[in-house]
Amino acid sequence: MIGQAVRRAAGRRIAPASGPDRGDSALLQTRGLTKVFRSDGTRGGGGRGAAVSAVRGVDLRVTLGEFVAVMGPSGSGKSTLLHLIGGLEPVTSGEIWLQGQRVDRLSQAAWAKLRRRHVGFVFQFFNLVSNMTVADNVELSALLSGATRRQAAQRREQLLAELGLTGKANAAPARLSGGEQQRVALARALANQPTLLLADEPTGNLDSSNTADVLRLLGRLNGRGQSILLVTHDARAASLADRVIHLFDGMVADDAPLLPQQPPKAAGSVVRLRG
Amino acid sequence: MATDSPREGCGIVRLPLLALLAKEPAHGYELKMLLEQTFGQAYPSPNIGQIYVTLQRLERDGLVRSQDVVQATRPNKRVYELTPAGRDALAAWVEAPSEGPRVRDDFFMKLVLSPLAGATDRLGLINRQRRHYLSVMRGLSGLAESAEGSSVSRLLIEGAMLHLQADLDWLERCQQDLL
Repeated sequence: MIGQAVRRAAGRRIAPASGPDRGDSALLQTRGLTKVFRSDGTRGGGGRGAAVSAVRGVDLRVTLGEFVAVMGPSGSGKSTLLHLIGGLEPVTSGEIWLQGQRVDRLSQAAWAKLRRRHVGFVFQFFNLVSNMTVADNVELSALLSGATRRQAAQRREQLLAELGLTGKANAAPARLSGGEQQRVALARALANQPTLLLADEPTGNLDSSNTADVLRLLGRLNGRGQSILLVTHDARAASLADRVIHLFDGMVADDAPLLPQQPPKAAGSVVRLRG
Repeated sequence: MATDSPREGCGIVRLPLLALLAKEPAHGYELKMLLEQTFGQAYPSPNIGQIYVTLQRLERDGLVRSQDVVQATRPNKRVYELTPAGRDALAAWVEAPSEGPRVRDDFFMKLVLSPLAGATDRLGLINRQRRHYLSVMRGLSGLAESAEGSSVSRLLIEGAMLHLQADLDWLERCQQDLL
């Protein structure tokens, strides 16, 4: 009897038998993920406005340590897809599995709790809290995920040093350049040591040299095993990924690994001096 | 570029060679090294054969002249210098605007005409091209990271990246309107 109760209790926490790809290394998996917006602003199937399908049956997989980029024209549903995965929008239908656990059916509170521990988010417009210092912005994320003040401060110090922001700890975000703000946002996203980093157009609002800085950081993080799901229009950002998914009209049009290529010869097709 | 026909490869270096010779006379191998030093790793350096063929044609057209320089311990080398006609051609090149948009894009021709060749999978064609562009971009990103070189070579890489981004955007437009 006791054994049964334990198994039942455990069953609530670990992946049920019906979970996709049990026992393999899928960190994130979606099945038939769909999002329908109503033009009158209501959600799901109940509203009276015209239905717009932003995401239409997307199957996606990210394995542990993988860097996956999602590209596609504006309006293709790529940002919505990331918002669904990050729990910022409720799904209309389909499934989201995070580390073997189905999350789309969790209560808002339960998902938020899971997200604080497992997911870091970086946005195009940084979304820093403007009336808090850089240090507090970064520490808040660690504190929310259950770190002690001391742990949060340590982690913040380490992250700011690594991202070249040590001198900026007491600055207000508005005093920083766009590139610096995005690095703070990255530090904040990493403060809870997330299993999965979600990035929505993180270079979309940066100039060329700040873009290069942020991309170098993403590459370095991934090199140390950070799993990343990046939504971007920037081909340079996408080219750092292990795999690029192309979204079109809310559906996956292509999903392909990126193979390293010898640069000089490849560059020849685009770099050409005219004479 | 390795895949170019010799003729195309030669056409592309004609005027850059004249420009290098405007500074001082030089032989073929020096010119090849100068090109590579100036433009860096991303530059698809012409092979030495293309350089020699181009110099011969420039000489035939009266834009350069050459003379053999005797070397004591090695074979003679042929040193080229600019003629007045060559200087005029160079000035005209520098003054004239360069070709703009690529209205003869090879991939676009392929995409539009592929049904005539019996190919029906246009999405496949677009996807393969996109993967190719992205892997070229990956190569350039690597070069950009390791580019210790001059701002000239870095700008060449950045220009190539911007072109690739435009090509990828255009690919999406093709996908929207042709599929």
